[in-house]
Amino acid sequence: MKILVCISKVPDTTTKIAFTDNNTKFNSDKVQFIMNPYDEWYALVRACELKEKHGGSVTVINVGGADNEQIIRRALAIGADDAVRIDAEPQDSFFVAEAIAAYAADKGFDFILTGKETIDYNGSVVAGMLAGLLNWPFISLAVSLEVEGNTATLEREISGGKEKLQVNTPFVASASKGMAEARIPNIRGITAARTKPLTVIAPGNATALTTIKSYKLPAEKTGVKLISADHPEQLIDLLHNEAKVI
Amino acid sequence: MSILVFAEANANKFTKPAFEAITYARHVATASGTSVTALVLDEVPAEERAQLAKYGATKILNNTDARLRQFDSGAIASAIVKAVQQEQATAVIFTAGYVSKSVASIVAASLRAGFVAGATALPLIQGQEWIINKNVFSGKAVAEYAVSTPIKVISILPNSIAPEPAAADVTELDFNPGLADSEFRIKSIAINKTSGKVALTDAELVVSAGRGMKGPENWGMIEEMAQHIGAATACSRAVADLHWRPHEEHVGQTGLTIRPNLYIAVGISGAIQHLAGVNGSKVIVVINTDAEAPFFKAADYGIVGDAFQIVPKINEALKKFKAAAH
Ligand SMILES: Cc1cc2nc3c(=O)[nH]c(=O)nc-3n(C[C@H](O)[C@H](O)[C@H](O)COP(=O)(O)OP(=O)(O)OC[C@H]3O[C@@H](n4cnc5c(N)ncnc54)[C@H](O)[C@@H]3O)c2cc1C
Ligand SMILES: Nc1ncnc2c1ncn2[C@@H]1O[C@H](COP(=O)(O)O)[C@@H](O)[C@H]1O
Repeated sequence: MKILVCISKVPDTTTKIAFTDNNTKFNSDKVQFIMNPYDEWYALVRACELKEKHGGSVTVINVGGADNEQIIRRALAIGADDAVRIDAEPQDSFFVAEAIAAYAADKGFDFILTGKETIDYNGSVVAGMLAGLLNWPFISLAVSLEVEGNTATLEREISGGKEKLQVNTPFVASASKGMAEARIPNIRGITAARTKPLTVIAPGNATALTTIKSYKLPAEKTGVKLISADHPEQLIDLLHNEAKVI
Repeated sequence: MSILVFAEANANKFTKPAFEAITYARHVATASGTSVTALVLDEVPAEERAQLAKYGATKILNNTDARLRQFDSGAIASAIVKAVQQEQATAVIFTAGYVSKSVASIVAASLRAGFVAGATALPLIQGQEWIINKNVFSGKAVAEYAVSTPIKVISILPNSIAPEPAAADVTELDFNPGLADSEFRIKSIAINKTSGKVALTDAELVVSAGRGMKGPENWGMIEEMAQHIGAATACSRAVADLHWRPHEEHVGQTGLTIRPNLYIAVGISGAIQHLAGVNGSKVIVVINTDAEAPFFKAADYGIVGDAFQIVPKINEALKKFKAAAH
C-alpha cells in the first residue's frame, strides 16, 4: 500500500495574528509554527496505521521553503517513511494542488490523504483540487478509512450526519476528527527521522489563480453589556428587543 | 452569460442558505450585467423550485438524472461544469458547507477558475478583477482576495447576506448532463442522520456549555433552554473529550465552525481555540462565575454568576416569554 500524505505548516493555534508591510503580509515574527493539526493527528496517523497493518509505505509531501523541514522531520518521526518537499512558497490553493498533482500523477500511489483544512487559510480546498486535477474520486471530511486490496470503505461527514461509502483506489480523501488518535513522536522515531530520505524538487510550472491583496482585523466587540445575576430574565428582553435575535 | 447558483435542497426543500446564494448571485449579476441561473440537482417539487424565482433566478435548470441525487462529488462536479459551459457562466456560487467542500474545488480546478471558499460579503467588481473578502486564521482576520480568472467560483458562508425577495420571470429547463456510468465512482452504503435535532451548522440559535457544568447529568437545563428557543446544542472540546457530550457537538478550531445569530455560552472559559469556532456569531452571550473569563471580551451580553442559579431562572423567564408571545 503506497500512501501520500499532504502536510502543511501553520501558526500555532494560540498565535496572536498581526500583519506587516501595510497589512499585506502575515507577521511571522516570533510566531511558533506547527504541523497543521488535521494533517498530523488524523491524515498522517491513519496513513501510518494502515501501513503498519497492510505493509507498504507512507510518503509525506509539503509545498514550502527550507524552514518547513522542521515539520517534515516531525512527520518522519511519527512514522512516515520518506518525504518530498516542493521548494516554493505556496501562493494559493490551486498552486499547491497543481504542484502536488504534477508530482503524484505517475508515482502509483493508492491514495492521497490531506487534512480537512489548514487552520490559517481555512480553505478546505486543496484536496478537492488535487482530485480534480488527477481525475481521482474525492471523499471530503472522512472520519474513518479502511482499505482492503483496491477497495476502500470510508465514513464522511454530511449535513446532519454521516455517510458510509466505498470507492476504488486511487482516490483522494481529506481527514477530519475521528479518523485516528494523535500520536506523540517517541525517541526512536525522532532518531530514525534524521536519516530518512527527504527529496527536494522544483515546483515545475504551478500557477496561482487568486492573490491576497491585504488583510484586516475584524471589528472589535464594543464591550460586553453586563446583566445582574439577580435578574437574569433581563437577558430575554435584551435579546428580543435590542439584539432582535429571539 | 450568467451567474450559476448551485441551489442545494434538503429533504425536498431549499434551505435558507440556498436563497442567500440566489440573492448573492442576483447582486453579482446586476453588477456584472448578467442574469442568475439556478442549477437544481436534488429532487424538489415544482412549486418549491418556483421559490428560486422569487429571489431573482431567471432560469432554472432542473436535473433529470436520478444518479446525481447521490452524493458523488466527482459526478456532481462534472454536471456543474457542463452547466457552466452550457450557460457560459462567469461565476459559480455555492453555499459553504458539506457539499461545497466536496464539490466546489473540483469544479474550480477543472475550469481553472479562481476559488474563494467561505466568502462573507459581496464581491467588489472592478471589470475582470473581483475583490472578495474571506475570514482567515479561524476568524481572527479577514483577507481580501483578488480573482481575475475568466470564471470565478465562490462559496458563501451561511448568514453572510439576508435573502431578499426580488421576483423575476423565470424559464425552467430540464437538464441532463449526459454523464457516463464511469463518472460515478462513489458507492453509498449507508446514511446515518441524527434526526429530529437542529443541525448545528445550520442552526440560527445555539446554546453551548462547557466544563463549568460539572458533569453530563447537569445538561438537562441546557437542553431545556435550547428547546425553549428552538436552538441547537453545542459544547467545548473539554466536554467532548470527557465524553460528557457527543463529539458532533464540539465547536472550535478542531471541531465545527458555526456562525449562528445567537450563541449562548454557559460555563465555557473562552479559550482562543474555542472562540475560533464561534467568533463569527452575530450575538454572543456568556454566563460564567469568573468575571475574568476571556470569553467576556468576545461577548455582547454577559452574566457573571453561577449557571446552576442563573440558567433555571432564564428557563422560567423563557417559558413566560413564549406564553406571552402566543
Ligand atoms: C490545538 C488545540 C486545539 C483545541 N481545539 C479546541 C476546540 O476546537 N474547541 C474547544 O472548545 N477547545 C479546544 N481546545 C481546548 C481549549 O484550549 C480549552 O481547553 C477548552 O475550550 C476549555 O473548555 P471549557 O471552557 O469547557 O473548560 P474550562 O477551561 O475548564 O472552563 C470552564 C469555565 O466554566 C466556568 N465555571 C465553572 N463553574 C461554573 C458555574 N457553576 N457556572 C458558570 N460558569 C462556571 C469557569 O469559570 C471556567 O471559565 C483546543 C486546544 C488545543 C491545544
Ligand atoms: N503547502 C502545502 N503543502 C502540502 N500540503 C498542503 C499545503 N497546503 C495545504 N495542504 C494540504 O491540503 C489540506 C487542506 O488545505 P486548505 O485547502 O488550505 O485548507 C491541508 O490540510 C494539507 O493536507
